[in-house]
Amino acid sequence: MNFNENITSIHLDVLKEIGNIGAAHAATALSNLLQKKIDMRVPDVKMVSFNEMMELAGGAENVVVGIYLRIEGDANGSMFFILPLEQANRFIRSLIRDDSFDFNTPPYSDLGLSAMQEMGNILSGSYLSALSDFTGLKIYPTVPGLSIDMFGAIISIGLIELSQISDTVIVINTSIYEEAISDDKAVKGHFFLMPEPDSFATIFKALGVPTT
Amino acid sequence: MIVTNLNDVIKVGIAQMDIVKAPNTIRTSGLGSCVGVVIYDESKKIGGMVHVMLPDSSLNRTNTINEAKFADTGILALVDSLKREGAQSYKMKAKIAGGAQMFQFTSDKDSMRIGPRNVDAVKTQLKKLNIPIISEDTGGNSGRTIEFSPVTNMLNVRTVNKGVSEI
Repeated sequence: MNFNENITSIHLDVLKEIGNIGAAHAATALSNLLQKKIDMRVPDVKMVSFNEMMELAGGAENVVVGIYLRIEGDANGSMFFILPLEQANRFIRSLIRDDSFDFNTPPYSDLGLSAMQEMGNILSGSYLSALSDFTGLKIYPTVPGLSIDMFGAIISIGLIELSQISDTVIVINTSIYEEAISDDKAVKGHFFLMPEPDSFATIFKALGVPTT
Repeated sequence: MIVTNLNDVIKVGIAQMDIVKAPNTIRTSGLGSCVGVVIYDESKKIGGMVHVMLPDSSLNRTNTINEAKFADTGILALVDSLKREGAQSYKMKAKIAGGAQMFQFTSDKDSMRIGPRNVDAVKTQLKKLNIPIISEDTGGNSGRTIEFSPVTNMLNVRTVNKGVSEI
């Protein structure tokens, strides 16, 4: 299946549903962890160029907290959880009960970093186990890595594998946000799921969606 | 370095390349494992930049090749367009930055080591073309934004945690 040409609106809807289920589970997990109301947006599934990808979280130079893991098994791909610094600060301060913690001013305390790492584990784990349950596919996530750096530098690691096959990427983008904050523009966290081209057929087949 | 607003900053995206003439500058943002290669001819005050993602075009599995994506073809294409703009190949010099490892994994997957591989491939290709590397800021685990001025021939490297340097 040529993933660029044969993707129909049905396929996009299925991918949206994957984003929906995954992010809903992750939002619930985050809500339980923080004892805060966490809401999510309707997932957005897009085929974008690598440079358009950079714009999905404020541009290549925008500094963010990034959690990255690879998915291996029946389906392969990359997954990122990206938080703006301010939102990451809010979450971590609340988790470790330390208002002085700040991702804007390295070096960061070990406690804050490990809380962030653990939050990444929990969120990506709940997203992916929901995805696995939904599709019946066996998927094995790698241990998530954490980086506080420019979005372009972080996301490009997920584009490397893809870039050998394609100049575009299909990205399942779901945002979550803290309900208590009115200006939700500044405080969104993003899940970016980027299955590898060869894995789309596997995912659709597992869900009984025709691919030809 | 003071960059006045009178001059244009030419932006180079991931897997893209472009040419710059003084007094303008050329810039690429958010280099992670990718490598930014600047090649310039001081006498002509002209330079060019390519934002390389992958080490070798033999990895390509697409129908049409984007030359700027690979170290080998990207550097060749950049040298060619510099020549078309009047630069002389024997005067060309290079500065390179990037090739970081953004995440530490104990995975045997090759893509996890892509930063160092990109740097090696860039150096190999520059050596093949007899273009000397004047300075470099490669490796580590920080993202970089770089900007080159063909007026000063300096490459400005900005990282999140280690500040700004001129190489």
